[in-house]
Amino acid sequence: MTARAQRRQPISTGSEWTFELIQTYDREISRLAARYALDTYPNQIEVITAEQMMDAYASVGMPLGYHHWSYGKQFLSTEKSYTRGQMGLAYEIVINSDPCIAYLMEENTMCMQALVIAHACYGHNSFFKGNYLFRTWTDATSIIDYLVFAKQYISQCEERHGIDAVEDLIDSCHALMNYGVDRYKRPYPISAEEERRRQKDREEHLQRQINDLWRTIPKGAEKGNEKDFARFPAEPQENILYFIEKHAPLLEPWQREVVRIVRKIAQYFYPQRQTQVMNEGWATFWHYTLMNDLYDEGLVTEGFMMEFLQSHTSVVFQPGYDSPYYNGINPYALGFAMYTDIRRMCEHPTEEDRRWFPDIAGSDWLSTLKFAMSSFKDESFILQYLSPKVIRDLKLFSILDDDQRDDLLVPAIHDESGYRVIREQLAAQYNLGNREPNVQIWSIDRRGDRSLTLRHQQHNRKPLGESTEEVLRHLHRLWGFDIHLESVEGDQVVKSHHMPPRSEHGDGLDYGRGDLAMAHRS
Amino acid sequence: MSYVIDRRLNGKNKSTVNRQRFLRRYRDHIKKAVEEAVSRRSITDMEHGEQISIPGRDIDEPVLHHGRGGKQTIVHPGNKEFTAGEQIARPQGGGGGGGGRGKAGNSGEGMDEFVFQITQEEFLEFMFEDLELPNLVKRHLNGTDTFKTVRAGISSEGNPSRINIVRTLRSAHARRIALTGSSRALLREAQAELERLKLEEPDNFGDIQAVEAEIVRLKARINRLPFLDTFDLKYNLLVKQPNPSSKAVMFCLMDVSGSMTQATKDVAKRFFILLYLFLKRNYDRIDVVFIRHHTSAREVDEEEFFYSRETGGTIVSSALKLMQEIMAERYPTNDWNIYAAQASDGDNWNDDSPVCRDILAKQIMPHVQYYTYVEITPREHQALWYEYERIGEAFPDTFAQQQLVSAGDIYPVFRELFQRRLAT
Repeated sequence: MTARAQRRQPISTGSEWTFELIQTYDREISRLAARYALDTYPNQIEVITAEQMMDAYASVGMPLGYHHWSYGKQFLSTEKSYTRGQMGLAYEIVINSDPCIAYLMEENTMCMQALVIAHACYGHNSFFKGNYLFRTWTDATSIIDYLVFAKQYISQCEERHGIDAVEDLIDSCHALMNYGVDRYKRPYPISAEEERRRQKDREEHLQRQINDLWRTIPKGAEKGNEKDFARFPAEPQENILYFIEKHAPLLEPWQREVVRIVRKIAQYFYPQRQTQVMNEGWATFWHYTLMNDLYDEGLVTEGFMMEFLQSHTSVVFQPGYDSPYYNGINPYALGFAMYTDIRRMCEHPTEEDRRWFPDIAGSDWLSTLKFAMSSFKDESFILQYLSPKVIRDLKLFSILDDDQRDDLLVPAIHDESGYRVIREQLAAQYNLGNREPNVQIWSIDRRGDRSLTLRHQQHNRKPLGESTEEVLRHLHRLWGFDIHLESVEGDQVVKSHHMPPRSEHGDGLDYGRGDLAMAHRS
Repeated sequence: MSYVIDRRLNGKNKSTVNRQRFLRRYRDHIKKAVEEAVSRRSITDMEHGEQISIPGRDIDEPVLHHGRGGKQTIVHPGNKEFTAGEQIARPQGGGGGGGGRGKAGNSGEGMDEFVFQITQEEFLEFMFEDLELPNLVKRHLNGTDTFKTVRAGISSEGNPSRINIVRTLRSAHARRIALTGSSRALLREAQAELERLKLEEPDNFGDIQAVEAEIVRLKARINRLPFLDTFDLKYNLLVKQPNPSSKAVMFCLMDVSGSMTQATKDVAKRFFILLYLFLKRNYDRIDVVFIRHHTSAREVDEEEFFYSRETGGTIVSSALKLMQEIMAERYPTNDWNIYAAQASDGDNWNDDSPVCRDILAKQIMPHVQYYTYVEITPREHQALWYEYERIGEAFPDTFAQQQLVSAGDIYPVFRELFQRRLAT
């Protein structure tokens, strides 16, 4: 604040960047971030070209991934929309690793580079290091090594078993990727070294276990019998890929390892899917704060600020529901609005805030904000912190679409009686458990046809989407025997799917298990 | 704390493999699209890639998700007119109050087609897939004009741009060690002597001075040795290896008599271009000889071949004779792979057709790899076609004829002519 009076001495005036300038800006931003005690991993800033950015984009942000056609598809569509100017490239990709890797694109101006540094290297980075989900579910130090291991392993499999066999297997795993995470149990941290060492033991050990489960020779008639008729698994299993890896009767050891790789990677991305609003909001809040601090110290010019504000406003722009650009709630906008409002409530609480948030109003904003960042995921964050002011500002309202009624209903809008309802509904909307159908493994028929039964617990009568059959076909390929899926509302089975379909049993629609070339083990 | 790394020089084609995988997986789709494109666009612009679209349904990756129906509550921003408890009519088109069901993956829903671009290289690849040049004998593998430069170790002669610095300095170092060995041994002795003298006979100035002078002399001698001598210089040796290359010549024979219209010529041209592109993929070096004829034949350049107007009667054998002469003169058959494509509307001086057969059968067919004849006519065949049929019987492996009616037939006919045959 005192600096404002001083004569401005900007770091740079042109829009061209150089490596020295990037370093200078990074140093300044890092100094400012230190004032807020942002705890980050060391940064590794990599300058890349637009083509390289497209590559990074196509591999869903993994710095190195195994080869698969779906990444090629992603690349082709990115390339097309970029070269036709339909889409600008994301100006930042940041990887949750230690050191934290952030990509800067060569084409960007100095202002954009500074913005990305503030956003990615201090915003996202501190989120990765601080948020409890990332702390428990991912291991930033070992992810790169693990990806290297995965890539090598899969290309070895391709050499040994042919590209087609591996590709088919990965297709099937990808179809179930969202059901390859432990939602509640903390996984063991992964380490590439360990993986490699253990992988051989695991192959043998696993196969032994599976043979035990599927042993067909009767085990003496004593007390084993009772256990035999017990349901397996004893509890429903939510992690379908894990179950496949451990119990699928016909998979070869290498196939189990590939299932495991896909599962581990799904687990790595799981926190990101649950903290979109928080993560982007946090990064946006900090780039906004840090860039303004730079300006307050006279380190950047007015033109620089104008350019920054222009891209900032387009990032946090939220089109209304009736706009042609509307595509759901913009996580940047919602997250930024919420963090900004938390700070406002701490610094300048109104009477309403004291009523709604007695603990927050008037407290130290920095520690309140950090607590909010570190201890929640999107769902609980919204449930806890979405304030009436933000609801009013965004003019949130809800729509109830019930297929048993002719009209849509507006249950709540941004008014005194609606705040709580909106808050709960919006939070539920970010609950992955609501967003994805609740499908779990229910039982397997161990002594009969070895079929696998899944249960879909219906929520508000929401049916499964149209690609369900296709997914079951993939599951069938992995499991090797019949698949049944029952949709259950309450205790009642309302719909069931079968793979292979019941009517045309054994017909050509089936992917067949022959194409995995699985040998029966005896 | 932060490291800035310039990665721009790293490979940018990290996704190449994935892209190839994608193309591989959707081969059939792409091939179909390419075939359509070939018949649609003029063959003169084969110089760029093609936009391929695949039905989105075919490349979707299935996941378990919620379908429409049931009870769904969605929060939207930007309320203007709604009040709590209000009932509103369901918007047309089944959308639940505007799109956006919350999942990013759904944004692709509106797109029915997945559209992307393939390069010219890939385009041609797909276009000529499963086709092959018949009788692709690499004659006489001593193409004389192509060389490959390969590294062949180190030499002590060469040009300055190829200096191998490490080897040069290593040899300079070795030379210095070798040539100063005796001097340095003497120097060490002298230094030891000096030590001893200073310690034991500090008053013996004469000797000390002598030894000191000796040391200076030895040091000077060692230093006189050049750091780098010309014979230290080592060069990377590159040698030229003759690269066996295959050469081909393509004869284009076209009838330009009065009965050939511009449209027919256009069809012929496209056929020739297709053949040229195809040959280019198989041979490093291709010569193209254009021969046009009416009653007499002339070798012309490309421009004249396709565009100049000239009319008259038709004597096909004139072109064949000229071709035979050129072959004998410029393209010895043991050096060259010879391909010929003849386009005509089938009109010929009636007496001439047997002559054509004679020249072909005796003087041309034994030397060529493949001879294709396309007749561009919607009408009945005439004498020439039937004469050629007999050649086809005599040389079933190296002669083929097909009839073309319109531009749309070119590519299918082309495929027919060059379809990969099962090994005999």
